[in-house]
Amino acid sequence: MGTAREMPVNETASSVVSARRLGLTFETNDGPVHALSDVDLEVKRGDFVSFIGPSGCGKTTFLRVIADLEKATSGEITVNGMTPEEARKSRSYGYVFQAPALYPWRTIEKNVALPLEIMGYSKADRDGRIQRTLELVNLSGFGKKYPWQLSGGMQQRASIARALAFDADLLLMDEPFGALDEIVRDHLNEQLLKLWARTEKTICFVTHSIPEAVYLSTRIVVMSPRPGRVTDIIESTLPRERPLDIRETPEFLAIAHRVREGLRAGHSYEE
Amino acid sequence: MKLIRRSWQGALALLLCLAALPLLPLLGPDAATAAGNGVTVLIFALIVGAALVSFARLSAPILAAILFVGVYAAAWLLIGLLSGNEGHATSAFFPLIAASWLMAWRCVSALSAVETRSATTEALLRLLIPAIFGAWILILWEAVTRGAGVPFILLPPPSAIGERLASSVPILWADVRQTIFKAVLFGYIVGCAAGFVTAILADRIAFLRRGLLPIGNLASALPIVGVAPIMVMWFGFDWQSKAAVVIIMTFFPMLVNTVAGLSASGIMERDLMRSYASDYWQTLVKLRLPAAMPFIFNALKINSTLALIGAIVAEFFGTPIVGMGFRISTEIGRMNVDMVWAEIAVAALAGSVFYGLVSLGERITTFWHPSNRS
Ligand SMILES: Nc1ncnc2c1ncn2[C@@H]1O[C@H](COP(=O)(O)OP(=O)(O)O)[C@@H](O)[C@H]1O
Ligand SMILES: [Mg+2]
Repeated sequence: MGTAREMPVNETASSVVSARRLGLTFETNDGPVHALSDVDLEVKRGDFVSFIGPSGCGKTTFLRVIADLEKATSGEITVNGMTPEEARKSRSYGYVFQAPALYPWRTIEKNVALPLEIMGYSKADRDGRIQRTLELVNLSGFGKKYPWQLSGGMQQRASIARALAFDADLLLMDEPFGALDEIVRDHLNEQLLKLWARTEKTICFVTHSIPEAVYLSTRIVVMSPRPGRVTDIIESTLPRERPLDIRETPEFLAIAHRVREGLRAGHSYEE
Repeated sequence: MKLIRRSWQGALALLLCLAALPLLPLLGPDAATAAGNGVTVLIFALIVGAALVSFARLSAPILAAILFVGVYAAAWLLIGLLSGNEGHATSAFFPLIAASWLMAWRCVSALSAVETRSATTEALLRLLIPAIFGAWILILWEAVTRGAGVPFILLPPPSAIGERLASSVPILWADVRQTIFKAVLFGYIVGCAAGFVTAILADRIAFLRRGLLPIGNLASALPIVGVAPIMVMWFGFDWQSKAAVVIIMTFFPMLVNTVAGLSASGIMERDLMRSYASDYWQTLVKLRLPAAMPFIFNALKINSTLALIGAIVAEFFGTPIVGMGFRISTEIGRMNVDMVWAEIAVAALAGSVFYGLVSLGERITTFWHPSNRS
């Protein structure tokens, strides 16, 4: 996949996630909940797509449908040209949850090794990958520690390393930095962008922070609740190379403004 | 005020000594030997001295050491008076025992107040304090049973039990081999393993889970006194029938705990496994079993106690002429209560060692659990 971004490839071949009129309704005791309705979306190889919207607008649900952790009730979706189930079974994506979800009985190293063990990578291959991915998230030297001996930010980085360790070119991240303080978050955002540039993965990233979405993304998907739907898709005009102080530029602020407008428009549907 | 601190134990001990004075001598007129004046004075001196020292502003370790020596010397002298004079202690004797016990209390509270930064001292203190506590249970027991002449059948003094223990080591060892190393260990291992395997099967097969667990709860309420004779009929008099009782008793706690433990892993952790397309066995071995370990060890600990009780009680319903339960039931019939107590002491010791080993295994295996983290 290394050269995919430079290659002029056609629409379908470069599409990683493709959703058409996707809907998902949860049947609950209080009646149906329309978590997603009529979602149309195209995620291209190498994209960094952020999903932003108020809580309950279906961001997590959409990511979980891509990951085959939830089944859509209407419409169509393909992941790498396959059904989500086939994509999951062929291990096409890495998923980073809102919480690190590291196993406390495994060291950081062993936690990163977990998917590699399950997917049957050889011992030598595992060791190399653990070292490389821990380096990628700046955790070299912490491999022998247990998760509960590290700070929240370090734990979340370890969980990112775990999702990067195997050969999946799609990374799904559900508010990975939501529980961290602003300074740690800025730092991790910067690292994530570098990592994205280096690994050339396609990233779907859920957030409810406007600056985070604008800073990270090539495209921003604005969503609104009841029913959960896409209200705007914004193509970023920012360059791929983004120092942290790009957030001060008029261009950045203009995009942020448009996202905020989109969010406000979504809200006007509610009474 | 600077040189004195409050010590209610000391004050009370002094009062008790004062109360004992008019009630002297320490032994009644029918006693074989009289309590010598020298000994009586020495005992008073030790207790009063300890009580006075407890008011002094000394550092905790020094205070504890002085009290320790004084108190044990007094208790030793007091109990020494009783040899050959069982049942002849007067009402002067007991206030003095109570006073030395109060000073031992003071000694323990001084020890608990010792502040230390060294780990070995800390560990030593953690052993010393319960040891003093235990020793005083024995001292009071000894003083009351022998001083007041409690009938041997009702409650033998610990010294008699200890003597019996020491002189019956071969018999006790044979009983331990029969009951613990055969019935308990075999039954415990087979019962726990069977419960564990059944829990995995129940996890895999839904109808087993729905059918077996309610019955499991019923079966865990089976009265052991009802089951044991039937097992003896089925499997004969030797240890196999006791092992069968132990298997029945340990099976269900393990089953129920393991089933509960298997659902202890979080939803997110399981979704993670699903995202790796991990199969049933991989998820079981790498996530669900490690997460279930605290539950499994809980069952192992419960079962270590149950197994011992089960095997001993089951022996009441027929054994070859060896075994802890057999010994208890026959020796009580012969009024050899000291032997019964010796078996009880051995059973308590064996039970504690067993439980301790399982707990040690737990600490090693579930070091990651928030309750064990260091
Ligand atoms: N398993 C579920 N069962 C029922 N309702 C659900 C379930 N998961 C999510 N929902 C509902 O679906 C809607 C979208 O949820 P979610 O995707 O978690 O929103 P977001 O991540 O944007 O905050 C919410 O109203 C939520 O209550
Ligand atoms: Mg969410």
